[in-house]
Amino acid sequence: MGSALILRLIAQRLALGVLLLFAVSVLIFAGTQILPGDVAQSILGQAATPQALENLRRELGLNDPAYIRYFRWLGGVLTGDFGTALSNRRDIAEALGGRLWNTLFLAGCAAVISVPLAILLGLLAVRYRNGIIDKAISGFALASTSLPEFFIGYLLILFFAVELQWFPASSTVFDTMSFGARLQAIALPAITLTLVVLAHMMRMTRAAILNVMQSAYIETAELKGLSAFDIIRRHAMPNAVAPIVNVVMLNLAYLIVGVVVVEVIFVYPGMGQYLVDHVSKRDVPVVQAVGLIFAAVYIGLNMIADIVAILANPRLRHPK
Amino acid sequence: MLDLKRIPLSALIGLFLTALFLFAALFAPWIAPYGNGQIVGDVWGPMSATHLLGTDNLGRDLLSRMIYGARITIFIAVAATALSFILGSVLGFTAAVVGGWIDQTMSRFVDLLMSIPTLIFALVVLSVLPSTLITLILVMGILDATRVYRLARAVAVDINVMDFVEAAKLRGEGRSWIIFREILPNALSPLVAELGLRFIFAVLFLSALSFLGLGVQPPDADWGGMVKENKDGIVFGIPAALIPAGAIALLAISVNLVADWVLNRTSDLKGGRGNG
Repeated sequence: MGSALILRLIAQRLALGVLLLFAVSVLIFAGTQILPGDVAQSILGQAATPQALENLRRELGLNDPAYIRYFRWLGGVLTGDFGTALSNRRDIAEALGGRLWNTLFLAGCAAVISVPLAILLGLLAVRYRNGIIDKAISGFALASTSLPEFFIGYLLILFFAVELQWFPASSTVFDTMSFGARLQAIALPAITLTLVVLAHMMRMTRAAILNVMQSAYIETAELKGLSAFDIIRRHAMPNAVAPIVNVVMLNLAYLIVGVVVVEVIFVYPGMGQYLVDHVSKRDVPVVQAVGLIFAAVYIGLNMIADIVAILANPRLRHPK
Repeated sequence: MLDLKRIPLSALIGLFLTALFLFAALFAPWIAPYGNGQIVGDVWGPMSATHLLGTDNLGRDLLSRMIYGARITIFIAVAATALSFILGSVLGFTAAVVGGWIDQTMSRFVDLLMSIPTLIFALVVLSVLPSTLITLILVMGILDATRVYRLARAVAVDINVMDFVEAAKLRGEGRSWIIFREILPNALSPLVAELGLRFIFAVLFLSALSFLGLGVQPPDADWGGMVKENKDGIVFGIPAALIPAGAIALLAISVNLVADWVLNRTSDLKGGRGNG
């Protein structure tokens, strides 16, 4: 009993994730096929002659049925070949490499600040429940879930980049940059992202801990005379880990999305800006590739959350 | 029944501001001091008696553009929310009542749609669709319908096993009667409570799309588009972009305050029927 069962559950969850990813790739591919017009038309424009259109269609393999084109695309993706961008004829995988790293670095920095801060503030809110700290925290949470990313972002730019000139207004990064300079360049976008996810994460952490602290077994532990420390260590923590990890992962997934807008605000050379640029250029292969990578990261984080929950909470190991 | 004195202050503020925004949206052409596209002064002129909020990146009166922007923003958000509610609740109720493979197919498809971040999928679809208002409303409404579907289905599954629904089935009522006459009236209050939150989501989503240049196209502009138009002024210390951004935040907060109050009221009433 025990480890074999856990391994099987985790394997099942992994398989489900892979299956989901395939289904999502179909959906993303289908999402770009919903119009009668095709890529050839959008490259050449409305004025193209039928002959030129036909030549380009043959060159790009557009005369094949959609499912053949899908498998050709999927085969390329699985071998790391995302095709070439329509707008500048450059290799997509090459352009993506550095940008993916930039985006993950920015989101990672924001996560390193926001996760411990959210858990700490969530704990504080529970400790001083219904007190002034709790009220202030939930007021802040209400405000920040209503604030668009660009409001926070431009406010920070106006204050810290223009007035005080502590940080640059646009986050230019390049390969030869030192780590410290890079950190300074991404300080403002990282703070913006932190503020965007912090409130939600904090509120959900508070709810998760509160839920555990109000359970009957905590009361029993108190009544049988355990010290506060023992209650937290032996009863509260094991039960609170799973919901907190879930909250954190959900918000990290949100971070990945919030990054799209934040990168545009700060002109940061990451995946989000690459995606937005090529959506307006109607460059379908790039949009498909970046969309799939974002979806994969999102699904991956949700999968990790589920697996951690299985590991942390023995009750989930026994399906009802 | 509605006693003004018993409404909490936060809800009153929310109601007042929401009403103000609605008023601006409805009567835009009559209250805006200048035309929407009319160039009236210098680029990024300061706030003054003639231009209360200053002028924008092309020298247009910012206050007038804000008022017309309220109209576009609120119109699209309302239309998208209405679409998502009609689509989501009808499909959700149908799934709950009919069950079987129809329910399975729709629910798994919704799971699939929700496993991709909404903004990302919207960008993928918008890369091939024409940039028109109709497309925008359809994309926002359909993607948001997934969340309404889940709620509506969950609520309807609970109601579907109640005695009065059984009675209606036994007397031989058709499915559309069951859905619209038995389930809909009883599922209304949890759905209405969700309405405000979905509206806020629609406002923020539209603003993000327009800010990225993929929503409302110039020369028209919603508030998100106005942020995009004026964002280059920020590095010169010109706060014009913050005014529409702040308006989005204020609208979202006001509706949130009202929604919170409605939610508390309906949950106090245990089902929230009667008492308006």
